[in-house]
Amino acid sequence: MIGVIDYGGGNLASVGYALDRLGVEWVLVHRARDLDRVQSVVFPGVGSAGAAMTRLGAAGLDVALTGYLRSGRPYLGICLGLQLLFEESAEDGGACLGALEGRVVRLATPEKLPHVGWNTIELNGSGGALEGLDGEAFYFTHSYVVEPVSPTVVAARTTHGIPFVSAVAAGSVLGVQFHPERSGKAGLRLLANFAANCQRALADAG
Amino acid sequence: MLAKRICPCLDVAGGRVVKGRRFQSLSDQGDPVLLARRYADEGADELVFLDIEASLQGRGTMVDLVSRVARELFIPLTVGGGIRSESDIRLLLRAGADKVAIQSAAVGDPELVQRAATSFGSQCVVVAIDARRHQQGWEVFTHGARHPTGLDAVSWALDVEGRGAGELLVTSIDQDGVRRGYDLELTRAIADTVQIPVIASGGAGTPDDLLEVLTVGHADAALAASIFHSGDWTVAAVKDRLHAQGVVVRR
Repeated sequence: MIGVIDYGGGNLASVGYALDRLGVEWVLVHRARDLDRVQSVVFPGVGSAGAAMTRLGAAGLDVALTGYLRSGRPYLGICLGLQLLFEESAEDGGACLGALEGRVVRLATPEKLPHVGWNTIELNGSGGALEGLDGEAFYFTHSYVVEPVSPTVVAARTTHGIPFVSAVAAGSVLGVQFHPERSGKAGLRLLANFAANCQRALADAG
Repeated sequence: MLAKRICPCLDVAGGRVVKGRRFQSLSDQGDPVLLARRYADEGADELVFLDIEASLQGRGTMVDLVSRVARELFIPLTVGGGIRSESDIRLLLRAGADKVAIQSAAVGDPELVQRAATSFGSQCVVVAIDARRHQQGWEVFTHGARHPTGLDAVSWALDVEGRGAGELLVTSIDQDGVRRGYDLELTRAIADTVQIPVIASGGAGTPDDLLEVLTVGHADAALAASIFHSGDWTVAAVKDRLHAQGVVVRR
């Protein structure tokens, strides 16, 4: 069972529709104890980092998610769900979950911001759940990007005036700056890969 | 590199896709779900649904249609027409819309743009600007191009950018539905003034019109309706043509 984090700010409909299309079972996660019932997590987020952290904190989900991320269970962070993995965000100058070392900064591009539309990803290595998606286009909509301290967590890069990190992978944690749930066939493939990895992790654990 | 977007637009009235010329004389163009599916299969980058009766008759929006399309097609959906409040926006986002286009209500209540951006994020707030050419510049019109506002289109674009709009959908009332090309000067004047992406609308008749507005007009995306509804061109054929001319598109 995949838990989809609902902190009251994200647009959850399209993630739910995409998981339905793939025949994957999922439930919404509203509070800390909901996390005990799920084997994997998808965190789709939009809006600002500070507002999201405040809402997560009110539901006790900040602490619970930090614990979840330490447990080694699969996690897919989308957009803000990627950014919140890091230590702090320049968007509101606030602390994030801190599961990965690094920070979130405004993309220092000469091009237009927000970066809206379809752009391609360039894999760094085999890519794990991103395998087979090198060079594919995905739908982005954001102004801030992650800057990981460790280059080994970089799973993919994208160029908008300048190159930036568009996906990270560390153990069972995957984070993507783009929106697989709005990225057509390539996006559904990524979500299917993630769901298959969740099944495998479950089988290994059992 | 970021691709230029091709966004088929479906004007919806009474559950059907309709097409007007210069905001009038509507004709039936088919079933919205079937057309949406066709355009997605052809490689549309986004779909735009405009409820063209809502602003005139105060009807609700097309939540049901949005949810049917969002369940089936996994590309971004923008919905506009008669959006007046945060609760209208919440309803559409919950149904599966990715963005809402706010037009008349943004002029009547500019703070709605700020409230929407704060509540839902700038990424889902598109401000639609319908503009008519004057001797100097362009004037913003609302309510199906019937109400002049006295606002200069370029100044208004800057204003709503400052209020948190994430994108602008700029429609030339003069060119709308007549298929003689976009208003390149209007598009360029706004695209060169704001930092946020500009979707050009009104006037696409041939692939070269899209080519021009994406190059000379500095638009980030091109919206088009009749060129696709008529069956004269597929989205894929337009993209092939753009690619051949050196424009980066998703294929």
